[in-house]
Amino acid sequence: MKRIASCGLGAIALCAALIAPAMAQDVTITNARLVLGDGGAPIEGGTVVVRGGSVVYAGPASGAPAGGTSIDAGGAWVTPGLFATVTSLGLADVSAVSESNDISARGTPFSAALDASTAINPASQHILVHRAAGITRAATTTMPSGSIFAGQGAIIDLDGDANPVMQARAFQMINLGEGGAQRAGGSRVAAYALLSAALREAQALAGKSGIPQTTEITKDDDVLLTRFDAEALVPVVTGQQKLYVAVERAADIRAVLGLKSQYPRLDMVLVGANEGWLVADAIAAAGVPVIADGLTDLPESFEQLGATQSNAGRLARAGVKVAINASTMQDPRRLQQVAGNLVALTRMPGATGMDWGTAFAAISSVPAEISGMGGKAGVLKAGALGDVVMWDGDPLEVGSVPTRVFIGGVEQNLENHQTGLRDRYRDLDESARPKAYDW
Amino acid sequence: MISRQNLRARIGVFATLASALALSACATTGAAGDTASASDAKDAKKFAAKVESDGVFPSTYKPYPNIATAIRGATVYDGKGGKIENGVVFMSGGKITSVGGPDTPIPADIAVFDGTGKFVTPGIIDIHSHLGDYPSPSVDAHSDGNEATSPTTPEVWAEHSVWPQDPGFTRALANGGITSLQILPGSANLMGGRSVTLKNVSARTVQGMKFPGAPYGLKMACGENPKRVYGGRGRTPSTRMGNFAVNRDTWLDAIDYANDPKAKRDLGKETLVGVLKGDILVHNHCYRADEMALVMDMAKEMGYKVSAFHHAVEAYKIGDLLRENDVCSAIWADWYGFKMESYDGIMENAAFLQREGACVVIHSDDKNDIQRLNQEAAKAQAAGHRVGIEISDATAIQWITYNAAKAMGIADMTGSLEVGKMADVVLWNGDPLSVYSRPEKVWIDGALMFDAANPKLRPVSDFELGQPGEGDVK
Repeated sequence: MKRIASCGLGAIALCAALIAPAMAQDVTITNARLVLGDGGAPIEGGTVVVRGGSVVYAGPASGAPAGGTSIDAGGAWVTPGLFATVTSLGLADVSAVSESNDISARGTPFSAALDASTAINPASQHILVHRAAGITRAATTTMPSGSIFAGQGAIIDLDGDANPVMQARAFQMINLGEGGAQRAGGSRVAAYALLSAALREAQALAGKSGIPQTTEITKDDDVLLTRFDAEALVPVVTGQQKLYVAVERAADIRAVLGLKSQYPRLDMVLVGANEGWLVADAIAAAGVPVIADGLTDLPESFEQLGATQSNAGRLARAGVKVAINASTMQDPRRLQQVAGNLVALTRMPGATGMDWGTAFAAISSVPAEISGMGGKAGVLKAGALGDVVMWDGDPLEVGSVPTRVFIGGVEQNLENHQTGLRDRYRDLDESARPKAYDW
Repeated sequence: MISRQNLRARIGVFATLASALALSACATTGAAGDTASASDAKDAKKFAAKVESDGVFPSTYKPYPNIATAIRGATVYDGKGGKIENGVVFMSGGKITSVGGPDTPIPADIAVFDGTGKFVTPGIIDIHSHLGDYPSPSVDAHSDGNEATSPTTPEVWAEHSVWPQDPGFTRALANGGITSLQILPGSANLMGGRSVTLKNVSARTVQGMKFPGAPYGLKMACGENPKRVYGGRGRTPSTRMGNFAVNRDTWLDAIDYANDPKAKRDLGKETLVGVLKGDILVHNHCYRADEMALVMDMAKEMGYKVSAFHHAVEAYKIGDLLRENDVCSAIWADWYGFKMESYDGIMENAAFLQREGACVVIHSDDKNDIQRLNQEAAKAQAAGHRVGIEISDATAIQWITYNAAKAMGIADMTGSLEVGKMADVVLWNGDPLSVYSRPEKVWIDGALMFDAANPKLRPVSDFELGQPGEGDVK
């Protein structure tokens, strides 16, 4: 009911929708500049049909089934919802306000055992703000604090209902670069020793080899691994849970790829990989996808001396599956801007960018596929989730924002704290009453 | 604000004034106080430091060789809100020689670039950067932006921390078209120290980058940072009221110093007196509207002026006050929610300020965003359009050129394409307010310092030589 009260000017239709229980609508959007998210070019005059919360058709108007409420897009851009990875959406209100922040937990003895799905707040303003930016699903995770293991991330939706978690414990994340080295005790060598001990123990716990004998591994005040963390790594060594490895340097990437010879079932994804272009062929040969930073181009650390904005494009050209990493941008609603910049690179001599369709896929279908949501999220095709976004312009252009957002076939309220402030301060008139009465 | 000619004149005036002011500064050292120059002093003591009016740490920047160049056929944004279709920009001798429509005459024997389908703007200016004082790689050994050992350190000068080999300068040039930028101390302190304005030209020394004739700034900071840093150490200030108390006491001391001809020279107070005299411009990090209003009253109380509030995410709540006080707001387009005092950040901030007729500057405070200030301006412009505030493309460009120059006190020298100004010019390969556009060529004082088509016209810092990706497109 609170949400009804929050309905502001110009949101009458949405408010009406909110008064009714949130139910998936059968919606047909016609006359769209339709982006499927699969890497292809937009389809002019396209139609997308959503029934029972899922896409039943997306493509040229001629092939669309009849029926359902019809919305004429008037030639507007229509796309799948964006898929943001790697994020902390739902885990913090204000990152610098520690009591509101569940992203990292310096004081806990646990690391790999941490499970982000236990703390997702679907009413978080960041979820509301990012939904209004066209992001409908996200991979969200805690970040490493006391140990090299960040914990287990979740796949969430941004519809704000009581069940944000689509898949709990979808992936484990680990830092094997400079950050991991520092947390392990000061060197990469220490990080690898800890990783080796942890995975060996997880293998034993999985009944693969050896006898479990976990005792706590500690360093000063930090607990680097507990029995519970080792247990949490069992699905990693058995390949049932993806392992996201944050790593930047070419040599570190080679070392990480080498882990597969010792632990062949590891289902790895590289995160960051700013020097990936130097070892692109090896990454491609290993079949390991990359969640790449996108625009990082400075040697901010010694592990990324070769950083360039052309990294993502060069990786893609080498045949690597590349998604854009949201964790290094100011906030994930910049995904569209970063993807647009990768398109801009195609016009710069010597640079390697992405064509429009590939760049859009890198913030929609590809991150969804990497997260195990292939064919479901970030794409418009029969059987996919009914996440559809209508835009007021080219969705990769900096000025563009969604005009309507559907998640699972349900039209979303695009209001939030920011729109409340926007509406209050449309003028500074306090001649009758203070601003506090203007809501 | 201060033309080059006026500046020269002002130095002369300053020397005289120095007797009234520095006066105080130098009386006890006995050297420069009673004359304009230490070297001229007849009764000088054996040892005597120069005073600021003698020229200390002077700029050694000289424009690089340039050839008379014209761009024609481009869409030209002049930086002051003007737009010329199919325009001509002609530069020679390091200056803008003429700007106009397609009929603008161009001499026969000069370099001419066809700008058809392209855009020309003044060089982009970032009023808030820490390049050089927090350089890449950002290792502890390079952490030179906050002298966080006392809540007031007006005696430190950012230029003494700037590492000219920061690769960030080159990225800002090539990807962002940045030709001038202000390097500020950080915000740990209420008074963080002097800023320095640089030409974005690679140099071996910071003096080789210093913008000739640019006034200094004083970095001040409101709110959470100073009270957290010092309160966390169990010392004042630990509250916002503590922030103000320390500031006011410090200003009172500076006023006493300025009035005391016998005072022993004090570097920090020299900076503060520079502010009181209007020679040094105050750049005040301040997020919240209510705090900005208090700062403006403190400035009135103590007799100084705030040139710009930086990170002013709540400026939109007091656009009227900011206009009345003639204070610019240097802001991001979309940063919000990362700290308590940024919780009310909205994308309409710039547009609402513009609606009130207040001065808008889009800034970066970031080694990455400085490469895309044009895109940040475009975001803020679009947010205005969505609420019915139409801001022209030319005005959005003004936010990152002329308005920045104005708040930095260099608008008579750069920031717009006007005859006689420095030929700081960017040729974009498309609409600079589009995500798909990048700088194609950048001229600084008429010298071509970046050319996307020529790999050798891409500066590479010492740090990057022999490293992976040396000379890469970045």
